[in-house]
Amino acid sequence: MKNTLLFSLSGMAVSLAGDYELSIEIPSLDVSEYHRPYVAAWIEDDSRDHVMDLALWYEMAKKNGHGEKWLKDIRKWWRVSGRSLEFPVEGFSGPTQPPGTHTVSLKDYLAKLPAAPDKVYKLYVEASREVGGREMLAIPFTWDGETLTVKADEPVQGKNELGEISVQPSQS
Amino acid sequence: MKTTLKSVVLGSALLGVTASSLLAHRAWILPSTSILSGESPWVCFDAAISNDLFFPNHHAMGTEAIKVTSPSGKEVEKQFEKDGHIRSSFEIQLEEKGTYLISRHRLGYFASWQEDGEQQRWRGDLEEFKSEGLAEKEGIQLIESDSKTVTYVTNGAPDIKALEPTGKGLEIKFDESHPNDLFTGEEVAFTFLLDGQPAEDVEVFIVKGNDRFRDTGNEIEGTTTSEGKFTFTVEEAGRYWITASSSVDAGEYEGAPKQRRSSYTATVEVLPL
Repeated sequence: MKNTLLFSLSGMAVSLAGDYELSIEIPSLDVSEYHRPYVAAWIEDDSRDHVMDLALWYEMAKKNGHGEKWLKDIRKWWRVSGRSLEFPVEGFSGPTQPPGTHTVSLKDYLAKLPAAPDKVYKLYVEASREVGGREMLAIPFTWDGETLTVKADEPVQGKNELGEISVQPSQS
Repeated sequence: MKTTLKSVVLGSALLGVTASSLLAHRAWILPSTSILSGESPWVCFDAAISNDLFFPNHHAMGTEAIKVTSPSGKEVEKQFEKDGHIRSSFEIQLEEKGTYLISRHRLGYFASWQEDGEQQRWRGDLEEFKSEGLAEKEGIQLIESDSKTVTYVTNGAPDIKALEPTGKGLEIKFDESHPNDLFTGEEVAFTFLLDGQPAEDVEVFIVKGNDRFRDTGNEIEGTTTSEGKFTFTVEEAGRYWITASSSVDAGEYEGAPKQRRSSYTATVEVLPL
């Protein structure tokens, strides 16, 4: 199994004991009407069952839950998780983010993820933008309880609504 | 269960000329969207009987006979109701989480017979059939038509409480696929029931909307198995019109042979995966 140079670093990071982070790049778009995208990140197991949510960025501060009206547009996430949740959700949700690269610490989530070295999990990131498009990317990985190994040959790069997404040992 | 892609008009051979008038146009109730999120969202509906899907171009359906049932089984008030010439419309607010059923049920009687070498047609109720003495006509055939036109919308997670079969007429039991959880490339399996029992040989016909923007219908067509099951997969996201019908001999009325024709017609959305 080949890994990119970046990801192979994770093999050296055993001493970090599960201290990884997810980077999500939101591209800067030259469009006449721009709204920050709604973004969800979650993990599915090799049976394609949803395991846990990692992040949800939406207009959570809007009055009377009006920001929740568009959550169904994060279509795949809505199906596997969102539609069964009560809003607002504690823990993984936050406001929408501007263009740029944002990180989500995976430490607390990996602590709860069953170690299964032979299983390929998938970390999904899905973005949906008002009057814009929708895009979903996935990073396959294994998790042995201490080391996360990305099973992708190339960096995972979006085309429209997402830039590069990656998982690496925490920088901070 | 196999599906075929023949472009045969549904049921024309089964019922003869009399019933063809029933099939000439397509009845539909179309939601503005079928999957919603948030606090008490609104959804609007168009309802019409038209040739093209889903473009009103013939008759408004009339909102009066359309009933909306909430996930907990309450009747939901239709708001901003309007019957135009070619389109009816209304809105509802989804105050509960779960799946709502929007349905219209019609029961009608049709008859045909030969008179002076010409085919005669009639529609009315059973009392009129009797009082007009139609049972005596040569070659008389009476058809009871029981038709349901439905759609479904879901706020939050889908459920099937409002969709439980009533045990009357032709219906779908959603024990495998949910009509508000349909995605491209995934097999859909519906179980058709007639009077609460799995119904074999029900003719099922599925057409994607926007048919006026293409030359051929690309219909999915087939019949249900002995367990009443019909399975299909669509590759293109969009709105689909599903219609199913069955015709069974139903004894006699006033000495005239009676057929019972049941139909179930639904509008669903299939989302891209």
